[in-house]
Amino acid sequence: MLLFVLSAFAWLMRPPFRFHQIMKQLHFIGYRSTFVVVLTAGFTGMVLALQGYYSLRKFGSEGLLGAAVALSMIRELGPVLAALMVTARAGSAMTAEIGIMRITEQIDALDTMAINPRQYLIAPKLVAGILGVPLLVALFDVVGIYGGSLVGVDLLGVSEGAYWNSVESAVEWKDVYGGILKSVCFGLIVSWVCCYKGFYTRQSAEGLGSATTEAVVLSSVLILVGDYVLTSVLL
Amino acid sequence: MIKLVGIEKTLGGQPVLQGVDLSIPVGKLTTIIGRSGEGKSVLLKHMIGLMQPDRGEVWVGNVEISRLSGTPLNDVRKQFAMLFQGAALFDSLSVFENVAFPLREKLRMKGPEVGRRVEEKLEEVGLAGMGHKFPAELSGGMRKRAGLARALVMEPEIILFDEPTTGLDPLMAKSIHDLIVTMHRRLGFTAVMVSHEIPEIFGISDWVAMLRKGKIALMATAAEFQQTADPEILEFISVGGTVALPGSLVG
Repeated sequence: MLLFVLSAFAWLMRPPFRFHQIMKQLHFIGYRSTFVVVLTAGFTGMVLALQGYYSLRKFGSEGLLGAAVALSMIRELGPVLAALMVTARAGSAMTAEIGIMRITEQIDALDTMAINPRQYLIAPKLVAGILGVPLLVALFDVVGIYGGSLVGVDLLGVSEGAYWNSVESAVEWKDVYGGILKSVCFGLIVSWVCCYKGFYTRQSAEGLGSATTEAVVLSSVLILVGDYVLTSVLL
Repeated sequence: MIKLVGIEKTLGGQPVLQGVDLSIPVGKLTTIIGRSGEGKSVLLKHMIGLMQPDRGEVWVGNVEISRLSGTPLNDVRKQFAMLFQGAALFDSLSVFENVAFPLREKLRMKGPEVGRRVEEKLEEVGLAGMGHKFPAELSGGMRKRAGLARALVMEPEIILFDEPTTGLDPLMAKSIHDLIVTMHRRLGFTAVMVSHEIPEIFGISDWVAMLRKGKIALMATAAEFQQTADPEILEFISVGGTVALPGSLVG
């Protein structure tokens, strides 16, 4: 798997540079995942505010709700949940697309045309994953914090000033950097694992089904394991 | 131009090719026949470096390609085109874009020249005006024609055909064979075809080679091939009804 990703990056550095392919994949992985990410982020922020409000009220600290929501979103939930949603929506599609191309000999056809499939197919997806997931995570964080405000401020009556003030005072740049670093790593994991599983699909419909399942499961597990490792390093 | 020397290949623990020696004559149409599962397509894939032999050598011109990869292998592949069994058209691209693909991606060609060459090839294979369609909208025969147009557009020196008529009705199969022969005569490329279409292949091939038990059992001109005394080969090719079986076999 390591050789697979290294060779794709090596081909990425060699002409012809396929900017159009990268933009196409960025559109697929990033833009077309926007709706599901916004939806997930909104409800995650809302439920976080709901749970957080009743927990903090026991200690008379409702004013810290904004900090609790923002830190949870930026440090953990944003990168992890956005990456999981990208895995489910775009990662599985990537595996299926590449897998079908393998089974129907489209990848062999690229080879026979002297076009390296790692350069044409895989490298743009890796770049799009690394660039697209951090952008989605940023969107996830913002929407999640607004979702928390909707429930905390508008429904449960927390002071708007207290909510946003606690967000501003609690969130530090290192939290943001940590979230970005995680999202870059998770973007790489999703595109790497899903492309690899598709590229080496066994030549059958059953093989393609197994590859897609394995890609989603392995990506999700690696995201959660990676989250623990990165958190322990960053803290 | 293409020469295979002592090719051995084992797949999934099963020996498939067990010492294949084969020379493909330049500018001729050579057809490889053999029973299903004998490794004909595997042999074809060795010629273009899609598979590497466990043992043996694959020569294309003066280059031994069996251990090549990356850019040196791609340099050799520039002489080739291949028509796959299922045509292997890119699903996400229209027929026009499929045929234009090697021009744009390999030659970095742009502008009206691309359109001119693509339309010319589509017309040659009988798909004029069909460029806007997607592969999913095409019949089996049309997909093969589109695949042939894509193979021809780079004007290669060698074209490999992997069972180009599989899954087609007899009339469509004949029209694909006619198209291959017409293009071969007009453009003079070296053609290697894997086919089960007996007896039709004897009418269109210059040379016929039979793969049996992992080796080339016989390679001869189409006319000489049918005169063979080997009873197994005679039995195989007589299925199509063109070759009279010796009395002992018929009995």
